[in-house]
Amino acid sequence: MSENIAAFFYLVASVFFILALRGLSSPQTARAGNLYGILGMVIAVATTLLTPHVVSYWLIVAGILIGGAIGTYIALQIQMTALPQLVAAFHSLVGLAAVCVAASAFTAPQEFGIGVPGAIERASLVEMSIGMAIGAITFTGSIVAFTKLQGLVSGRPLMFPGQHWLNAGLGALLVLLIAIFVASGAGAVFWLLLLLSLALGFLLIMPIGGADMPVVISMLNSYSGWAASGIGFTLSNSLLIITGALVGSSGAILSYIMCKGMNRSIVNVVLGGFGTEGGTVVGRAGAADRSVRSGSAEDAAFILKNAGSVIIVPGYGMAVAQAQHALREMADLLKKDGVQVRYAIHPVAGRMPGHMNVLLAEANVPYDEVFELDEINRDFASTDVAFVIGANDVTNPAAKTDPDSPIYGMPILDVERAKTVLFVKRSMASGYAGVENELFYRDNTMMLFGDAKKMCEEIVKAME
Amino acid sequence: MADPASLAGRAGSLADDAGRLAQDLQAMAHQLSFQAATATTGPVGGPSLVYELTIFVLAVFVGYHVVWRVTPALHSPLMSVTNAISSVIIVGGLIAAGPAGFGFSKFIGFVAVTLAAVNIFGGFIVTQRMLQMFQRKK
Repeated sequence: MSENIAAFFYLVASVFFILALRGLSSPQTARAGNLYGILGMVIAVATTLLTPHVVSYWLIVAGILIGGAIGTYIALQIQMTALPQLVAAFHSLVGLAAVCVAASAFTAPQEFGIGVPGAIERASLVEMSIGMAIGAITFTGSIVAFTKLQGLVSGRPLMFPGQHWLNAGLGALLVLLIAIFVASGAGAVFWLLLLLSLALGFLLIMPIGGADMPVVISMLNSYSGWAASGIGFTLSNSLLIITGALVGSSGAILSYIMCKGMNRSIVNVVLGGFGTEGGTVVGRAGAADRSVRSGSAEDAAFILKNAGSVIIVPGYGMAVAQAQHALREMADLLKKDGVQVRYAIHPVAGRMPGHMNVLLAEANVPYDEVFELDEINRDFASTDVAFVIGANDVTNPAAKTDPDSPIYGMPILDVERAKTVLFVKRSMASGYAGVENELFYRDNTMMLFGDAKKMCEEIVKAME
Repeated sequence: MADPASLAGRAGSLADDAGRLAQDLQAMAHQLSFQAATATTGPVGGPSLVYELTIFVLAVFVGYHVVWRVTPALHSPLMSVTNAISSVIIVGGLIAAGPAGFGFSKFIGFVAVTLAAVNIFGGFIVTQRMLQMFQRKK
């Protein structure tokens, strides 16, 4: 296949990738979009295999078979609650693959048509080193994110004095090394650059706390795109450049949306240190002796059955307790009794963008009963019961009223406007932000202490 | 007939012609060598950096506009599908693992192909699983 024809098919593949993202604009077209994506990938791989660069196939076939089998197995086994760590792990693979391609292009540039070993064109050296550095940062950064999400290490931010200065210094050193590498083309500098980038990826994500993980995953998603683009520049391959740019901007937009959902700036998130493990109440004096009304499953069942409309506010705690199926059963019973049931999703409910929507969809909740914050927030005032399950910070009115609160300015779901608020919680402990929720002490609030799943099951039993 | 003066004139113009021809030839040779040089800079006919930057910037804009139209409910599938398509980096791995013989660069090309394949299969399948849940329930 000639270079021109190959370039044409690469263009076709790029268009399919754009259509794949376009399909996600509604649930009806999304599956067709995914098929476009697969088609684009098949075209891209087949085109490359037919170019004169590829003459030996056995190693390639082996790689695709091994990788394909592992990927298929993981994707079919994974629980939807573990989706965030899966995506983090996948990002790390893209990063490492980018590093491998850059290293291969450096050691055998003649195969990529960018020069001969020791005499690689300067522009290619620039592109290669940048692509490799971003890939390496994505790789180690994603591994740190994975271990935090998987619970292998504590979600607490890991801070030490002088951390930001160290990172800034290493960042400056990285730029300097790239300059030296481009000027000299020396192999030693290339490997040094790789080590430094790997260390930097690790250090950058380490201080970011568990609560900020939705932003981190989106950010790493973006990085993996930029890495692919960087490699595309190195290989002068327009398909890689286009795809990388699509993915990069997608991740950047998601990071922005997540930051807005928490009212944090991206700089603030990157600098890290926000959030605790959850569980410690940073209570103000006198909070302890305020009275809390707590109720049983039977009380809750009675209130819910007599309501005309209910809005359910699920949070990550619901997913941890695997309560989504029991919750949907409860909602089904209510709907049978003529109660209007809707779900309100906060942008940062769950551990990655859109995570809660997937968990509800998995439990067979119809997607037209699920609403985003902007769509449903004003309806709380005309709602009889707000049923908050496994969520805390995203309902805290302090975000609107208390300028000293760490979550001040964060958009929240106005559950306090509902006639009655039911809170399913294990204890009075605070959420990720470590802030107390004064809603617990309101007169129209009833606390339902217990495991989210058990509580839902008991409510179902009481209603039947 | 054989006027020495006109003969000398014709010889002179002939020499001029030859000179111009040589110049043209030199220019053509120069052009050819330039083309040959650029042709070796990249597999796809060697587009210049500015040309590549153009593609890149336009693609960022396309991505920006397409992604803002994605419904928030599908942000998780968006992330897994972008993850899958960013594995198009497999193209680089294929080129690295493609030549005859065996060496370091071919080996890491193989590693790149394997890693990207995990991602491609895993990413598309997990996206499909998610999207199936979003089908309208009867």
